[in-house]
Amino acid sequence: MTAWEDPLWEVFVRARRGLSHVHVGSVHAPDAELALRHARDVFTRRQEGVSLWVVPASAVTASRPEDRDAFFGPAADKTYRLPTFYDVPEGVEHL
Amino acid sequence: MTTTLVPGSARALLALGDDALLASQRLGWWISRAPVLEEDVALANIGLDLLGQARGLLARAGELEGRGRDEDALAFWRDAPDFRHVCLVERDQRDFGTTMVRLLLLATWQRELYARLAASSEPGLAAVAGKAVKEVAYHVDHARAWVLRLGDGTEESHLRVQRALDAEWPWVSELFDGSWLDPEVVAAGVLPWPDELRPTVLGEVAAVLARATLRLPDGLADGLAPEPGGRLRGRHGEHTDELPGLLARMQQVARAHPGATW
Repeated sequence: MTAWEDPLWEVFVRARRGLSHVHVGSVHAPDAELALRHARDVFTRRQEGVSLWVVPASAVTASRPEDRDAFFGPAADKTYRLPTFYDVPEGVEHL
Repeated sequence: MTTTLVPGSARALLALGDDALLASQRLGWWISRAPVLEEDVALANIGLDLLGQARGLLARAGELEGRGRDEDALAFWRDAPDFRHVCLVERDQRDFGTTMVRLLLLATWQRELYARLAASSEPGLAAVAGKAVKEVAYHVDHARAWVLRLGDGTEESHLRVQRALDAEWPWVSELFDGSWLDPEVVAAGVLPWPDELRPTVLGEVAAVLARATLRLPDGLADGLAPEPGGRLRGRHGEHTDELPGLLARMQQVARAHPGATW
């Protein structure tokens, strides 16, 4: 039983009711049940959360760093995608 | 805190506090030595839970005793014959299987005991137990997860955890021995008779071991543990040769620097 044989699990913690689960790090564990316990011990020792998810790191499909410009660059000059681009006329209700 | 002083209560709390203290000290050996970092943190957490329980129990034992000894005096300035924990917890545990089997046995017993002690007539004991019962429930869960995986794992892990179980088993009966307990303490509702916990604790342990494909030691299926007769009895201050070395390490800093604070 060694760390490099055990798969990696990504850990998500919900800090409190109403908030989303947020990625906090990862743990090595041989299976999901132990991954959840390891995550509890490593990441929620100081009352950081009320709910935990562990996800096999192999199940995550991630964008590649070299694709960053093609993926995210074009959004920079499209200010009309932001609500602040538009003036709200006086007297408009229910907006 | 109001004191309903029942003779023998201090000694009862001392025994339970010593169980938690020595179990914690043994678990501390694993820090930096566990198979993976995640397990290192888990064992440290469990050890610290036990240390917290020991502090609460020993502090209250000192109050009830009324001789001016606080938790530190009780932990660091007593010698081996004055400790009252069961021998189960004081022995060396450098094998991971041994550690997990022993934790399963200890935590299953503590969970059943603390659940009852939460309604103890001794308010200090009830307060510690009410908080600790959630902690030891997690210890049971952790030990169970590992015993299942080791028992029903590889041939090697099965052999080693079976060997660990067979070696721990003779030390279990002391958990259910009430020969050291003042009957007044039980009559006053401070503590239950230890023997009352036997069927539940052994039943739960047996269920985990069966699922882990381990061979049950003699008597376990019938809810029986070996008789403590002829064996060392930690509750009476009789301990193994392994205790003095463990105490020397645990107490050396406090004794070298009496009264020191952080």
